[in-house]
Amino acid sequence: MKGMSIIVKTISSWVKILIFLFGIYIIIFGHLTPGGGFAGGVILACSYVLLMLAFGREFAEENLSLPIASKLDCLGALTFALIAILGLVWGGCFFVNFLYQKYLPGEPFRLISAGTIPLSNIAIGIKVGASLFLIVVLLSSFRSNGLAGKKE
Amino acid sequence: MLYTLCFLLFMIGLYCVLVKKNMVKIVIGLAVMEYAVNLFFIMAGYRTNGQAPIISPQDLAGKTEVTANFINTTVDPLPQALVLTSIVIGLGSLALMISLCVRIYEKYGTFDITEIRRLRG
Amino acid sequence: MSYRLPAFIFVPLVTAFVLPLFGKKGKSVAALLANVVTIALLALAISCLGQREVYEVGKWPIPLGINLVLDGLSCLVLVIINIVAASAMLYSTRYMEQYTAKSKYLSLFMLLVTSLNGAVLSGDIFNLFVFLEIASLTSYALVGFGCGDEELEASFKYMVLGEIASMIILFAIALVYANTGALNMAYVSKAIQTRSLNPSLTFALAFFIAGFGLKAALVPFHAWLPDAHSSAPAPVSAMLSGVFIKVLGVYALTRLIFNIFGISIPLGWILIALGVLSMVAGVFLAVGQWDFKRLLAYHSISQMGYVVIGIGMGTLILAQGGDILWASLAILGGLFHLINHAVFKSLLFLTSGSVEMSTGTRQLKQMGGLADKLPFTRATCTIASASIAGVPPFNGFWSKLILVVAAFQSRMFWLAAITVIVSLVTLISFLKVQKYIFLGELPDNLKDVKENKGTMLIAMLFLSGLCIAMGLLLLPAMKDVVLDPAVQVLTDGLGYSSKLIVAQ
Repeated sequence: MKGMSIIVKTISSWVKILIFLFGIYIIIFGHLTPGGGFAGGVILACSYVLLMLAFGREFAEENLSLPIASKLDCLGALTFALIAILGLVWGGCFFVNFLYQKYLPGEPFRLISAGTIPLSNIAIGIKVGASLFLIVVLLSSFRSNGLAGKKE
Repeated sequence: MLYTLCFLLFMIGLYCVLVKKNMVKIVIGLAVMEYAVNLFFIMAGYRTNGQAPIISPQDLAGKTEVTANFINTTVDPLPQALVLTSIVIGLGSLALMISLCVRIYEKYGTFDITEIRRLRG
Repeated sequence: MSYRLPAFIFVPLVTAFVLPLFGKKGKSVAALLANVVTIALLALAISCLGQREVYEVGKWPIPLGINLVLDGLSCLVLVIINIVAASAMLYSTRYMEQYTAKSKYLSLFMLLVTSLNGAVLSGDIFNLFVFLEIASLTSYALVGFGCGDEELEASFKYMVLGEIASMIILFAIALVYANTGALNMAYVSKAIQTRSLNPSLTFALAFFIAGFGLKAALVPFHAWLPDAHSSAPAPVSAMLSGVFIKVLGVYALTRLIFNIFGISIPLGWILIALGVLSMVAGVFLAVGQWDFKRLLAYHSISQMGYVVIGIGMGTLILAQGGDILWASLAILGGLFHLINHAVFKSLLFLTSGSVEMSTGTRQLKQMGGLADKLPFTRATCTIASASIAGVPPFNGFWSKLILVVAAFQSRMFWLAAITVIVSLVTLISFLKVQKYIFLGELPDNLKDVKENKGTMLIAMLFLSGLCIAMGLLLLPAMKDVVLDPAVQVLTDGLGYSSKLIVAQ
């Protein structure tokens, strides 16, 4: 898949890092301002999609290869499940906010305040970002000569 | 009145699914139906002249309680959380439908549903 | 023991995300892990029989948080889901060798089991919707798994209709929330009891019947079922036809009508009308089919009609204020037929997959005389056909008998007559299946077919053993533990909410 002109390539190589940073901001501050895991994950995926549109699909695949994205996907989901199971081990019930109630209550409106909620946001953000990146890259590789790859 | 407009949008999406012959237009109709239902759900939680349900330091009366003024003036935040889930589900199903459309185009060579009828009876 | 209920949802979910990490070298380990997980879930489900439990996720009290509820009806359906899932998983370790992407199949299958377990256990309407969506999306992907021409077409048709159903259900949930302000099933039920049904709640109920009826493949909404169930791989067809249309169709509908909205006479007549249409249309469309799996899919429609008739009769008798004994009997017939149908229909689909794997075709006219070549497949297919047609010692006979007796006792003789006639036509179509596949002359190109042994055989023998033994569930000792709590939940009706709010 071909990329675009030199102007687009230059600007997008500067802008992609800002988009990535914005996505991380939305994920981490998800318990204080609107946003959270899913919205931040979509923005993270958007930065890679910008890379794919400007430079071509092969360049984006070299940057974040498909097997690594697949492993990140599974790891995000397993981290989320691990947080829930740790709630069982240390709190007595699934998904209990054990950090808030026992170890690290924090104060309202600070970054470290809501217990396990920021950690869940980060796990969901990684998973959604990896999944959407995979979806867009694989859908764009359906050209008229077909595809050999995974079906999602 | 606004609720009937939401329902009208739902019916427009349903009309698109029933009448159009191009597969991608059917998918677009399904997406319009989904947006109509999400819009209806958010509007069900609206309160006239309400504020956004974001807590700021003046709304806290103590460490874990909010003031009564906050509860009486903000819109309902529960439908907003539910609609977030619903939008994520819609994204997943849209991705699946589009990839099905692309695969069917590979096999049958057309997007027209009247020609994709090998299963009959 | 307090983590028993979330384990049904969490264990398959974690397995589904761990399985892709095994990669190419660990394929047999992945299949072994999947099998162990499904069999463990089956053991856990059987140990839950006859108990009631409410589990609050995250220790949030009931109206604020999600809760998982286990009562008689949930227990019964949970056991059936796990029986069919364990058998289908055993079968698919050998059957799916024909396809190339087996590791993805295992993940998708585990997600399907997760979502079905979650839908049965949830005590919250929106949680039910989320699990319904997960189940639907994984089943769309599984139906089109082979990526051949017909499978993709069937998957697309199924997907469009299924998504319309999901949107209709979400609209109805939004209407219920706007009217009652709660999403927990017990709280919604209490709110609807304190104020009677206004027009928008009746509209929501109509949308619920349409949406769940489309998922259950009742007759005006059945158009997706023949294509989807005949094009899917055989263990997926068994899961879809044996469990999916029951959990997401009939279970959700009965939970809504009996425990949340409350029964009434028009509802009873609507259910009976839908059931009769499904029975008659399904079986008459099935007799003329020449494709084995399509014939089985049409029979699924007709047998679901039996279940809905049982429940409709129970609704009608209770709403008319009649004798609660006959209402319980009708509901018992409906629920017993639900679990019987899960067992014998999945067995039929598994045998059809075995025949297809041996001979390479599904058309009845191209087969014949396979009785000596495939002895075990023939034995299990005969047992399953006798069950579905209602031949005496097998389990289909007992549930149909209870339905006919209940119809007689409530003076609906026409309903009993229709039930018996539909049974006869079912018998005719399965005699046709037996004749064309197993008896007759062996065509030349099928001279060296071989029997499929291994895990496929174990799964089929397990299900046929269940077919023979499930008639014993009507013995009083077993009935009290397994079937009566389920009937009790439904005939209690609106008492569900008061028990739940007290029990927190």
